Amino acid sequence: MTSEIDFGTVPDAEGRFGAYGGKFVAETLMSALAELESLYRKLSADPAFQRELDEDLRHYVGRPSPLYEARRWSDEIGGARIHLKREDLNHTGAHKVNNTIGQALLAKHMGKTRVIAETGAGQHGVATATIAARLGLECHVFMGEEDVRRQALNVYRMKLLGAEVIPVTSGSKTLKDAMNEAMRDWVTHVDDTFYIIGTVAGPHPYPELVRDFQCVIGREAREQCLAQIGCLPDALVACVGGGSNAIGLFHPFLKDEGVAMYGVEAGGRGVDTHEHAAPLTAGSPGVLHGNRTYLMQDDNGQIMHTHSISAGLDYPGVGPEHAWLKDIGRVNYVVATDDEALAAFHTLTRVEGIMPALESSHALAYAAKLAAGMRPDQHIVVNLSGRGDKDIHTVAEIDGIQF
Amino acid sequence: MSRIAERFQQLAGQGRKALVPYMVAGDPSLELTVPLMHALVDAGADILELGVPFSDPMSEGPTIQLAHERALANGARLRDALDMVREFRQRDADTPVLLMGYANPVERMGYAAFADAASAAGVDALLTVDIPPEEVAQVNAELRRVGMDNIFLIAPTTPDERMALIASQASGFIYYVAVKGVTGAGNLDTADVADHLARIREHTGLPLAVGFGIKDAASAAAIATVADGVVVGSALVQRVADAAAEGADNSGLLARAGELVAEIRRGIDATPS
Repeated sequence: MTSEIDFGTVPDAEGRFGAYGGKFVAETLMSALAELESLYRKLSADPAFQRELDEDLRHYVGRPSPLYEARRWSDEIGGARIHLKREDLNHTGAHKVNNTIGQALLAKHMGKTRVIAETGAGQHGVATATIAARLGLECHVFMGEEDVRRQALNVYRMKLLGAEVIPVTSGSKTLKDAMNEAMRDWVTHVDDTFYIIGTVAGPHPYPELVRDFQCVIGREAREQCLAQIGCLPDALVACVGGGSNAIGLFHPFLKDEGVAMYGVEAGGRGVDTHEHAAPLTAGSPGVLHGNRTYLMQDDNGQIMHTHSISAGLDYPGVGPEHAWLKDIGRVNYVVATDDEALAAFHTLTRVEGIMPALESSHALAYAAKLAAGMRPDQHIVVNLSGRGDKDIHTVAEIDGIQF
Repeated sequence: MSRIAERFQQLAGQGRKALVPYMVAGDPSLELTVPLMHALVDAGADILELGVPFSDPMSEGPTIQLAHERALANGARLRDALDMVREFRQRDADTPVLLMGYANPVERMGYAAFADAASAAGVDALLTVDIPPEEVAQVNAELRRVGMDNIFLIAPTTPDERMALIASQASGFIYYVAVKGVTGAGNLDTADVADHLARIREHTGLPLAVGFGIKDAASAAAIATVADGVVVGSALVQRVADAAAEGADNSGLLARAGELVAEIRRGIDATPS
């Protein structure tokens, strides 16, 4: 069925991925979005811009990131071979920087002097603050008060980098509220401010341009599979909050019909408990933060509180392209619970000496289950989207350890 | 002719400007919204704008954000807002009422179901902050089917060609957002507003109301010299919240809200047009 779909033609001119996406924002922002879109069209076709971006990815981020076969872990599981795409080794410790570098270059070309960002786990905030420091841009990061507490280390990192971190006290005090506050700031300072959105959500053209910047993950992984394994992988696995690391890995493989794909949402305390962040698995379509997509909402269209052990997945929406990929059946969306993610965090740390972010641990947890049901001559690529240093406090707290 | 068009025509005939107060349905309490609507009309309001509580009111400043949070905590939802309008209509068949809110509660109810329920309740128009003309086709078709108006925002950043696009989709009146920012922001510049309104009038014959940043009789009077209507939101919501915080009883709350609207009414009416 999906072989007839030209994945290169989405989104359409209105920014729609099937029924999803679009531009659902206040009128004040519509011109800014149009300006961004036209600049992006121009620059993405400009070889000089691509060169500038590639140089930065190579020398500043440290790309390409390795594709590492987790031999001991794969042996323990005894099924398919698991390969980790090491986005945790990027500068700043996660995939987020692939996108912030790209958007900061756009901001520079637009002559904007001030950048803003929302952040949940703090990884996108750190990646934005990092690029802002390098380009000499004023940087303000909005972060839910609850996340400021959970991610104290990243808050301090952002401050060291010269960013102002603004705790958001409205609503549920997490990522969605940080995004609301960033939109409010943008609407107020639209003339001099560039909003660096951290995921493949928000109004068009953000889902498209963030995807394009993150696709370096999948392009590299595809080449590395062919060179190192000698074939394409049988399955890809990535965690999905907003979904930028997942789309970055999946998108360059969409036409490869033999490659199965699994997006792993945050199952929290279980999708039957309401305490989770799995809109694709247990939500319904609606409109939030500039796009139509699957949301965690009640019967009255109010956005529900979410829960996940990982701040980066604690979001009630998801990128519109994922909503579309779910509906057309190209990607399977599944969940891993808090406990499963935590167990995977400990396992990978002890068996491979790699401490994964709790977000990425959701993908690892599902990959282990998937691998167990596959043959040893099959291959799974897991996006190890970030490193776990930032989560040490969370894990220690669960273990009852105080520093 | 819609109730809104009729009201503007009537006001124009009298050489008066429309006063449009905003309140959030269910703030400060479920039972006080309808009495508040009547009190505002008694104090001189021409059109009522009723905010639909939403968990993520992205275009609101702190004052109205808190009103949404209070209304939600009181249990107010879109259905309750419709019930309130229905109850209001039992005593007031003339004052136009528009619902202002965000796309998702309406989307969740379904555009057709919303249009049917809203028009049956006596709602005259819908204003959704986050449904621009590019996304409005479906909802507009349903609103037209039941004879409701769709109120659009035009912002200081809207270029002329978009003004024309918006005008082509709008009915009732057009709401000009006087400042780049969220509701309750400051720094209102009357000359700048006048300039924008003149540009908008090149694209539409619809009445133009102005909101965001109008907080008292003086700022309302200034805007009334150039606009057809004045929207007062945060100042009124704050007035009610202050009265509640000071322990005013229900009749005290209504009186305090009525005083502000009456004050603004006098300011607008004293303005030579």
